[in-house]
Amino acid sequence: MPIQILMPALSPTMTEGNLVAWLKEEGDNVVAGEVLAEIETDKATMEVEAVDEGVLGKILVPSGTEGVSVNAPIAILLEEGEDVSSIKADIQSTVSTNPKSLQMPHGENESLVKEDVLITSDTSRDDKNGLNPKNFSTSLSTSRDNGRIKASPLARRMAKHAELDLAKIVGSGPNGRIIKADIDQLLSDDKPSEAVVSKPILERPDTLSNVNYDAIPNNGMRKVIASRLSESKQTAPHFYMTVDCNIDALNLVRKELNEKVEGTKISVNDLIIRAAAIALKRVPEANASWTEDATLLYKSIDISVAVAIDGGLVTPIIKNAGAKGLQQISSEMKDLANRAREGKLLPEEYQGGTFSISNLGMYGVKEFSAVINPPQGAILAVGAGEERPIIKDGAVSAATLMTCTLSVDHRVVDGAVGARFLSVFKGLIEDPLTMLL
Amino acid sequence: MTTSKYDLVVIGAGPGGYVAAIRASQLGLKVAIVERESVGGVCLNWGCIPTKALLRSAEVGHLLNNLEAYGFSADNISFDIKKIVERSRKVAKQLSSGVSHLLKKNKVAVIIGSASLKKKSGDEFNIEVFQEDEKYLNLKSQNVIMATGARAKSLPNIVPDGKDIWTYKEAMIPNTLPKSILVIGSGAIGIEFASFYNDLGVDITVVEVLDRILPAEDIDISNFALKSFVKQGIKIKTSSMVKSLKTSKGKISVQIETAAGSEEVSVEKVILAVGIIGNTEDLGLENTSAEVSNGQLVVDKWGATNEPGLYGIGDLVGAPWLAHKASHEGVICVERIAGVENVHPLDTSNIPGCTYSRPQVASVGLTQKLAEDAGYKVRIGHFPFIGNGKAIALGEMDGFVKTVFDSTTGELLGAHMIGAEVTEMIQGYTVARTLETTESELLNTVFPHPTLSEMMHESVLDAFDRAIHI
Repeated sequence: MPIQILMPALSPTMTEGNLVAWLKEEGDNVVAGEVLAEIETDKATMEVEAVDEGVLGKILVPSGTEGVSVNAPIAILLEEGEDVSSIKADIQSTVSTNPKSLQMPHGENESLVKEDVLITSDTSRDDKNGLNPKNFSTSLSTSRDNGRIKASPLARRMAKHAELDLAKIVGSGPNGRIIKADIDQLLSDDKPSEAVVSKPILERPDTLSNVNYDAIPNNGMRKVIASRLSESKQTAPHFYMTVDCNIDALNLVRKELNEKVEGTKISVNDLIIRAAAIALKRVPEANASWTEDATLLYKSIDISVAVAIDGGLVTPIIKNAGAKGLQQISSEMKDLANRAREGKLLPEEYQGGTFSISNLGMYGVKEFSAVINPPQGAILAVGAGEERPIIKDGAVSAATLMTCTLSVDHRVVDGAVGARFLSVFKGLIEDPLTMLL
Repeated sequence: MTTSKYDLVVIGAGPGGYVAAIRASQLGLKVAIVERESVGGVCLNWGCIPTKALLRSAEVGHLLNNLEAYGFSADNISFDIKKIVERSRKVAKQLSSGVSHLLKKNKVAVIIGSASLKKKSGDEFNIEVFQEDEKYLNLKSQNVIMATGARAKSLPNIVPDGKDIWTYKEAMIPNTLPKSILVIGSGAIGIEFASFYNDLGVDITVVEVLDRILPAEDIDISNFALKSFVKQGIKIKTSSMVKSLKTSKGKISVQIETAAGSEEVSVEKVILAVGIIGNTEDLGLENTSAEVSNGQLVVDKWGATNEPGLYGIGDLVGAPWLAHKASHEGVICVERIAGVENVHPLDTSNIPGCTYSRPQVASVGLTQKLAEDAGYKVRIGHFPFIGNGKAIALGEMDGFVKTVFDSTTGELLGAHMIGAEVTEMIQGYTVARTLETTESELLNTVFPHPTLSEMMHESVLDAFDRAIHI
């Protein structure tokens, strides 16, 4: 019997992904373990390997398709002696019409908008009398049926009334079904983190309708950046503290290390990661997260480092950075950054982290304030090291200064704690030998 | 003396205990169950099942007394109370041996005797089992589930003696049929006995301290039931209390304080049905940190007591005192012990309650009053038996189906039914509530014609001003 190849879930939270490219063509022989296709999730591109051997009989979801639901069939693998005609027609038809095309011609934007409207109505099936046969049949015919959201009728209606997006709610009922209790829970919580209130922007403002523009469909990463950072700015009360660090000594130490130790290329950023890790070890209160019930003080220091990549950014994590030496931090960072740019990070390599560093020094940015990466409690924004005049003992002299700004979630980290962290950090940066221990 | 070690010891083999033991065995635990009387507990031996057998006899009697309505006639209709009781005992026995067989099939060790907890050694409970006050077995286990059930509560001035003043147990096995009975308490147990004996021609008086009978039910149900029982000849005194009882020459003279004043009633027997109290004694609970309060073992939503490894389920841990509640608690408790994933605590708002009197009463969820008190804006549906074809064909035209909906969300908050066979129908609404359907799904469900269940549909239609047959 032909084997359906399904869209894999690359992480527990993944509900849909983009099929970036097929590496095999229809008719190709496939052995178990061979890479068939590349799938893009929120932040990473992963390879889909064949589990069985056979002939790739039919590609159901073409390269460059966005929003493919997890577990939707993406191709049919034929076993020995089977041919394409043994594939049921219905499998082909249900799927190939489903996902939206990534390269959407401008003129098709209208249909995208319409489809979204339908999906919205899928979550609601009532009018005043509680009956609406029209919506009923509409919802059954929407392409969304493949990725059907499991929710009780009552939960659906309550979510509709509260304008909650079911797709963003984790159900606690049987098989993950969204039930009344889940909606009640969300409505009683003040934090709208999980239940992001969805007022889909279905209509473009009229003023824009005559303006020329290119509509670039939001990829998974864009959507995650948008939702997480909005959530952060809307829920975490940010405040900011800035220090100037003299990095003349740091530059000297770095130069010496790189010259004396063969094959080593420690960057300023590596030293910053190391200094931040030690500072968090000394001021553990800054390594914390807010939850409704408790402030979580992390036992491990996992530093997320923002890496710009094509079309967005990722934050690969130096795990347990407090226990790692400079050389290890340096080589791990290089590997993570390279793979991040290739989109080859594993989900666990960028999901999590307890503290973040964002360094825009290489772009010549003098200083900036970063948005906290939730649920973390703080992020350190690092500017460029540049020569500036300083006054020492009443005399003006030159020094290389680097401005660092700590953004802090005031719910977990108070001013004094943040200040202590920054002062330890500054001490380490300005006297770099102390961080080599 | 033998000492045996188990993963789980269940004390009490009623519907809570035996279901828990079987589920535990299915999950791979080595289980023993200790029972001091008969496997199946009160439910099977002295409660739900034998009373249903009695009530079935009463129903047959009622039909025989109304044969003309169906075109039959018969002379010299008579019955023998001994044979009615005999049948009831036979039914109980058959089921009890069925449960024994199930336990055996599931490799649960059944130990007959009374169990008592001794001091723990480490994480392990030491359980001593006695037979006729002789210690004869030691059990060891890290987990113990107490499922010892409950017994009839006494009143300070009225203590059952088993001769003139009965509890449910004596009321179930009369040697002769009394001429008159006073029933104290109008909950499910009191009303079922009142209905049973009334159908057999006994002169019945019911005394209820609250202002209505079946006080846990919706007020419309209470009122309808009152009218129906009064019409059948049962004397009902609400807002009344029994002040004193005096027995002389086979007659009990009862002083009743009613709203209108004091009055005296003379009856042959009294049935005390004012609720039940947990069997918490002689279990060795004092050797643990478990807490007993108001005659109940105190547990959390998973059945856990304050003592690690010690659990309690069923009547022992409190209301609602229902076999099906005990069984569900047993399963949940065992699944927690065995580490099954995705176990949810029992939703007590969704346990149906049934009273098997004539007319029957069945309900689930909130009454209209409780719903309104909870702040819901309600929509009420109502449909009478007289509007249902099957009910008329059966000759069962007394009763109605009431539904309570939240007008905002369409949630079915509660359903309340009185009339023929409603106890068999309530599960429909219970399934609907468990699946969290709204009125929309119920309205779109096709109910078969002609059935009594069509009233369930019509009641929903009525709540949304769409009833067809009324």
